[in-house]
Amino acid sequence: MKIAVCLKRVPDSETRVKIAADGKRLDDAGVKFVLNPYDEFAVEEALQRKEKAGTGEVVAVSLGPAAARETIRTALAMGADRGVLLQSDAIPADGLETAKAIAAELKDGGWDLILFGKMAIDDYNHQVGPMVAELLGLPCVTAVAHLDLEAGRGVAEREIEGGIEVVEFPLPAVLTTDKGLNEPRYPALKGIMAAKKKPLVSKPVALATGGIEILALTPPPARKEGKIVGEGPDAIPALVRLLREEAKVL
Amino acid sequence: MSAVLAVCEQRDGTLRKVSHEVVTGARRLADALSTSVEAAIYAAGAVQGSERLGTFGADKVVTITNAGFAKYAPEGCAQAIAQRAQSGGYAAVVFAASATGKDLAPRVAAKLGVALATDVTEVGVESGAVVVTRPVYAGKALLKVRLAGKPAVLSLRPNVFTPVERPKAGAAETAAVSVPAGRVTVREIKAAEADALDVAEAQIVISGGRGLKEPANFRVLEELAQAFGGRAAVGASRAVVDAGWRPHADQVGQTGKTVSPTLYIAVGISGAIQHLAGMRTSKVIVAINKDKDAPIFKVADYGVVGDLFEIVPRLAAEIKKLHG
Repeated sequence: MKIAVCLKRVPDSETRVKIAADGKRLDDAGVKFVLNPYDEFAVEEALQRKEKAGTGEVVAVSLGPAAARETIRTALAMGADRGVLLQSDAIPADGLETAKAIAAELKDGGWDLILFGKMAIDDYNHQVGPMVAELLGLPCVTAVAHLDLEAGRGVAEREIEGGIEVVEFPLPAVLTTDKGLNEPRYPALKGIMAAKKKPLVSKPVALATGGIEILALTPPPARKEGKIVGEGPDAIPALVRLLREEAKVL
Repeated sequence: MSAVLAVCEQRDGTLRKVSHEVVTGARRLADALSTSVEAAIYAAGAVQGSERLGTFGADKVVTITNAGFAKYAPEGCAQAIAQRAQSGGYAAVVFAASATGKDLAPRVAAKLGVALATDVTEVGVESGAVVVTRPVYAGKALLKVRLAGKPAVLSLRPNVFTPVERPKAGAAETAAVSVPAGRVTVREIKAAEADALDVAEAQIVISGGRGLKEPANFRVLEELAQAFGGRAAVGASRAVVDAGWRPHADQVGQTGKTVSPTLYIAVGISGAIQHLAGMRTSKVIVAINKDKDAPIFKVADYGVVGDLFEIVPRLAAEIKKLHG
């Protein structure tokens, strides 16, 4: 099994968002960055598939600034074999430009699987994985929460509204991973030490801006001050009255 | 002026309600561009409910048929939509940011070589260009962007574009489309439960957290949901999903679903930032928690402090009276 896992360095989910002076991006001073949580499922799945096959290679690929080498090291510490950083200080808001750079790197790589997290928790784009699949002409299943692979074919399950869609596809394929697919391992100390010696190359890439121009990044409108209606079940008649007459939702 | 294409969804030959919202959003965009809305449904045959799309603002409703479209056909649908978008010269192509829309829209955008804005909560036009707003960083910020693509491709967050009915019917037509059978095929849909409402699409969501104490106690929330007469779904916090009390499909939050119901009732949920990410765009938020200092009360419109096992059944009884 030769598997590429595509990763993104993102602000930790607990980050307090401070908007930069230009009003268009996050002020990342003091922000803690982590491996995108959905990508952890992709790394874990790749490692398990390689372990099951008994042979193969797991390559961690990321597009981002030099600091994203640390993100790739996390995947190497979990067990990936080598890393590739497509180095670019700026990541365009247009996910198709990111997809083009990743597709160019992965093209003709002889991959059995190319894995992505289903979305990144910073921009919520939900798109780079399936776009890479289109650009490479590969079959794609998104938001995979269960996966069976056998003899060059796969059956995946993905959550849809009110049910689970069971999808069949041939390999090689691009899959994006959802929570529930597996339990990502924590890098052990031994893995962290080993990761320092694993190959990790940086390749500068020049990305076009693409078709999305950022106009403004703003805090969400503050929710109007709420009120404590009361304590205990005796507050319920008042709550129901407010929901009917003030909020008009009943 | 080039029209706006609204890509609608059907399941088992019935139009999905989220399509009303897609047409509503497309209408808003078309009005700003002084153009028309064409709704397209990809199906194996006639689709029940398609006749109503005119009332939500579609000037024309086209059912595009292919024997392979009985179930969702990712590759065939993407190709058929891209073909139509290329030949039709649309100003914009609008999807739902549903499970299907999130899968389909990137494929179409990549085929067209244009950008995609996902999970949009506001649409508009400035200086002739499509401008959209979408939540980022777990809803902690809003990103406003201009889409330069021809067409502009976007998907709309469910439950945000409240359907507006207009006394008008759209012209209906059917066109067969020929596309190769895709490599990726949907074998079956395992339904969670018949008629089970999904938290992402329900008008009312009642979510429970650790305060429920044990899995069986979610019965209290299910009884409240029933009191709302089939309009409410039961959600859950990450803590209880991680503990295995509830399925991941029910999880509301950053690593679960983003919901924007009319009414969100958080029961025994403290309100971690990762939970708020999934529900802060709800129209009205009610929090029930025994800890008056819980962060959930900071975002709630109405709070009730106390024992949820006393409060929730009382609420269910009062709601039942209203519906009785």
